[in-house]
Amino acid sequence: MIPRHQTILFIVLLLASVVMGVVLWQLRERAHQRLVAGEDSAPTQAPEVAPAVQATLIVANDADSSLRAQIQSLPLPRDPGARARAILGRLFDLYATPDAAHPVPGGAGSVTQVFLLPAQAPLTGPDTGPDTGSSTPTESKPGQTNSSQSGPELAVVNLTASFAASHPSGLETETLTVLSICATLHANLPRVTQVRFLVDGQQRATLAGHADLTRTYLAAEAVPSEGAHP
Amino acid sequence: MAASHMAAAQAPPAGPPARFLVVLDAAHGGDDPGGRLSNGQAEKTFTLALGVRLRSLLAARGIQVVTTRESDATVNLNRRAEVANHSNAAACLSLHASESGSGVHLFVSSLAPAEPARFAAWKTAQAAWVTRSLALAGVLNSALLHAGINVTLGSAALPAVDSMACPAVAIEIAPDRDSSHAVTAGLDDPGYQARVASALAAAILEWRTEAARP
Repeated sequence: MIPRHQTILFIVLLLASVVMGVVLWQLRERAHQRLVAGEDSAPTQAPEVAPAVQATLIVANDADSSLRAQIQSLPLPRDPGARARAILGRLFDLYATPDAAHPVPGGAGSVTQVFLLPAQAPLTGPDTGPDTGSSTPTESKPGQTNSSQSGPELAVVNLTASFAASHPSGLETETLTVLSICATLHANLPRVTQVRFLVDGQQRATLAGHADLTRTYLAAEAVPSEGAHP
Repeated sequence: MAASHMAAAQAPPAGPPARFLVVLDAAHGGDDPGGRLSNGQAEKTFTLALGVRLRSLLAARGIQVVTTRESDATVNLNRRAEVANHSNAAACLSLHASESGSGVHLFVSSLAPAEPARFAAWKTAQAAWVTRSLALAGVLNSALLHAGINVTLGSAALPAVDSMACPAVAIEIAPDRDSSHAVTAGLDDPGYQARVASALAAAILEWRTEAARP
């Protein structure tokens, strides 16, 4: 004969098991619903197609060591930093083509970011290093309003280490690359008066052993007259 | 750091220097191979060989030469400028080589010309000499063209040259190419090397003559 207290205990445990089973089933259902909701990738906002606008690329030519303006129609974002990056990306795509007059491998992915900052006082020569700019580079935000939008700007171009590593070494070819970047930025964003370079976010002495990347370049000095040598 | 250095700025000479001395700076060396040339040779090897050849040509003409390196040694950019500045040289030539472009590329500092000062900032010491450097580049240009070599003139930011207190030109030797951009004489062509070195030596002789002119 089963004692009475054991019968009661058995019934209580059975009821607890049933209740826990129900609770677990409900938790599983909720988790499943959350998972399904997270995987919902249906577009909720139509993509914005940027209108094509004319951009001026200052293209280098190794054959005669010249820089020439080339007008291209490109869809460009409104944000100045993103726009500068897109334009430089197009310039680097030109250099990466097999029949490029200034062959440099890498293409558009060689420019990681372009930061636009209020320019410091004009510099006439190389500065003392990274401490010159007191501001910390911050990528400009769409619609952002600050003093830089009305005054001269410093563009900080962040290149990839793979681009620097694969760039052909030489005084002329490296100088042409640097000047074409500076001139292209100034031609499309006239407020950009100074340009500095980083490689993977760090300062680097030279591009590929020759062109100085520690100094601040004055963009206006890089803009060539038609077909001019740097 | 170099920014704290001051270069004793000799005023650009009004008359001929007491002695005519040339500094030859074979770029790169040691840990820094420079560019890779098409025949697999490192730029540092080419520039050293060219420097040795040019030194011999100049010495044979009675010109005193100081070099920044005589072997495959690492010499930093500040040391190269120090050698040039201690030599009180009449001409400083920084030798480079590249497979891109055509002929010889002559670069002077892109620093804005400045008046000579008693002391000059280390990184911009060349500013007081830019005008003389342009004149030297003109003489080199004439001699190279006379030797039938294509020449490209330009200015660039060059850390070693920017710190030199002497007429300084960076010389980059590239393969000789025809109008269709086909190579007519590569960097490994001994005849081409000899032609370039002879033209540079002739230019230095002409520069000495100009410096001695009242």
